[in-house]
Amino acid sequence: MERIRTAEQLHRIRASREQMSLERREQGIVEVRVALATCGLASGAKSTYEYLVEELPKRHIEARVLRTGCMGYCYAEPTIEVTLPGAEPMVFGGVDPARADQIIERYIRQGEMVDGHIPRNYEKVTLE
Amino acid sequence: MLNEETVIRNRAEGGKTSATQLRIALRNCGVIDPEDIEDAIGQGAYAALAKVLADGDPEGTIRTIMDSGLRGRGGGGFPTGLKWQLSARPQADQKYVVCNADEGDPGAFMDRSILEGDPHTVLEAMAICGYCIGATKGLIYIRAEYPLAIERLHIAIRQARDYGFLGEDLFGSGFAFDIEMRYGAGAFVCGEETALIHSMEGLRGEPTLKPPFPSESGYLGKPTNVNNVETFASVPPIILKGAAWFASIGTEKSKGTKVFALAGKINKVGLIEVPMGTTLREVIYEIGGGLQHGKAFKAVQTGGPSGGCLTTAHLDTPIDYDNLIAAGSMMGSGGMIVMDEDDCMVSVAKFFLDFTVEESCGKCTPCRIGNKRLYELLEKITRGQGTREDLDHLYNLSLVIKDTSLCGLGQSSPNPVLSTLHNFRDEYLAHVDEHKCPAGVCRELIRYEIVPENCVGCTACARNCPVNAISGERKQIHFIDQAICIKCGACLEKCKFDAVIIN
Ligand SMILES: Cc1cc2nc3c(=O)[nH]c(=O)nc-3n(C[C@H](O)[C@H](O)[C@H](O)COP(=O)(O)O)c2cc1C
Ligand code: SF4
Ligand code: SF4
Ligand code: FES
Repeated sequence: MERIRTAEQLHRIRASREQMSLERREQGIVEVRVALATCGLASGAKSTYEYLVEELPKRHIEARVLRTGCMGYCYAEPTIEVTLPGAEPMVFGGVDPARADQIIERYIRQGEMVDGHIPRNYEKVTLE
Repeated sequence: MLNEETVIRNRAEGGKTSATQLRIALRNCGVIDPEDIEDAIGQGAYAALAKVLADGDPEGTIRTIMDSGLRGRGGGGFPTGLKWQLSARPQADQKYVVCNADEGDPGAFMDRSILEGDPHTVLEAMAICGYCIGATKGLIYIRAEYPLAIERLHIAIRQARDYGFLGEDLFGSGFAFDIEMRYGAGAFVCGEETALIHSMEGLRGEPTLKPPFPSESGYLGKPTNVNNVETFASVPPIILKGAAWFASIGTEKSKGTKVFALAGKINKVGLIEVPMGTTLREVIYEIGGGLQHGKAFKAVQTGGPSGGCLTTAHLDTPIDYDNLIAAGSMMGSGGMIVMDEDDCMVSVAKFFLDFTVEESCGKCTPCRIGNKRLYELLEKITRGQGTREDLDHLYNLSLVIKDTSLCGLGQSSPNPVLSTLHNFRDEYLAHVDEHKCPAGVCRELIRYEIVPENCVGCTACARNCPVNAISGERKQIHFIDQAICIKCGACLEKCKFDAVIIN
């Protein structure tokens, strides 16, 4: 990696990341975030993550599955956040592989609501 | 006061207002992949560092932090900009920036979550601080019990070096800064900044008298700026969005947001971040979803073992540094333990004193011996052997310990005793005068009994009693022999007919 020496170079990386996520949305790629902090891991989020990484391609769903830190819903671990192209992110709690299966089949495929949906209760700052 | 924009937006979206969380320190937690630096950059990471270095005005940056009103999130609430200014002042061949990631408060996991979810924000803010005060070295002091945070920090540091955000000549400015990790063994007292510094120096983790403050003479005798993880995590947004933006959130003297680890008897246990000035009621009932099993709220402990409890009387108090102190508690690092009608406040005080006795480093007498005596008095009261004189003794000894201890641990350890004594005096009196524990917690003071009217003789209790204290034929009323009963509570749990009660 070449060291970044200017704010412009930094900005280019940022812009290219934004571009990539835009393209993913246009190509209909689903984004799935799995909260894999200590709390999530302790309640089995690793198997949820592995299940998603394995099953989504098997079921021919193009998705980007990310490991993230804590989403803050300790009472509902393992938690995942699913962003369908063009839709608001949806958080689901208590996602064991069985529920992950439901989420894939019903929410991701058909856009139907499934059990375990957690309404997002926060705003976050964005850095310009 | 809530952030106006947030409220307005929420109104527009669903009509639900108030108590919305606003994530500043947690902005990237759960959003980015913490092991992918470009994901962090995609959310604006390192842009604040680039800006600060391009501006080339460390004093101006310090002024921005000052004007923002940011105060230390590690517990004390010291103005961060002022601390940076004090650390910038001395001339020295070497200075240090230390990140306090010790997080010893039982039940707290705010700092761990930030480090696991967004390590780059801390690295970036440390470099900014280094530039402002003239330090080229940063140290993160983290407890070895946080292996995942440590691993993600290692990865982040490596990636930051590769990208040129750590190391020599950052952003072509000529400024050099690098970060190393130091590990703690998980002693609460090592979170106190002087003890932390001694621990990093390879000495015993014992506090020393201030002054000298670390900003004059800290790690290896050099000027050292110590800040908490969450404090650092708030810095990049302030740089990018401006002091006025940050200062517009919160209360008069407490600006911005605070992360809390909501725990205890609350429905939605979790990690939250709210604007300063949000009320306890909003936190507990709106964000936290109220108490478990519909029980009545009794108290909430903030500030962990150094803090105190707040009661229903404080539900509508806006949470900020000064209001919490006025209410006999403190902000602390952000642990918030919610208690319901089944919690005995004397036992709660005893729990925290037990922790303090374990964690006192033993250097000064009032803390080492005084806390032990406080614990013994509480133990005596929970056994029903306490007297009214003991309550006075508790109170007086607490004041002596606070006044005469060397470090913040001893100076604050009696707070749980003082605040429960103040807020729940009736409960202490019930233990002392009537030898009763109103919450039904203190074993020596309760009896498990069977209400004959409710007992159907199903034998569930008798079969589950580990010491065969329960007698009675099938379909006959059962009876507990108090001489044998060890008060384990198994019968109460097993009885489906509410026939077993605590008396
Ligand atoms: C007994 C004791 C334990 C402490 N533990 C911590 C801790 O775990 N984390 C922390 O950041 N500060 C802790 N502090 C406060 C630190 O001494 C120091 O004030 C703080 O790290 C400064 O950072 P801030 O100004 O950003 O809050 C503790 C203080 C005392 C007296
Ligand atoms: S479980 Fe309850 S109802 Fe059954 S025998 Fe025991 S006390 Fe009676
Ligand atoms: S409390 Fe425990 S020991 Fe006592 S009667 Fe019930 S089951 Fe037996
Ligand atoms: S700490 Fe992250 S959900 Fe519990």
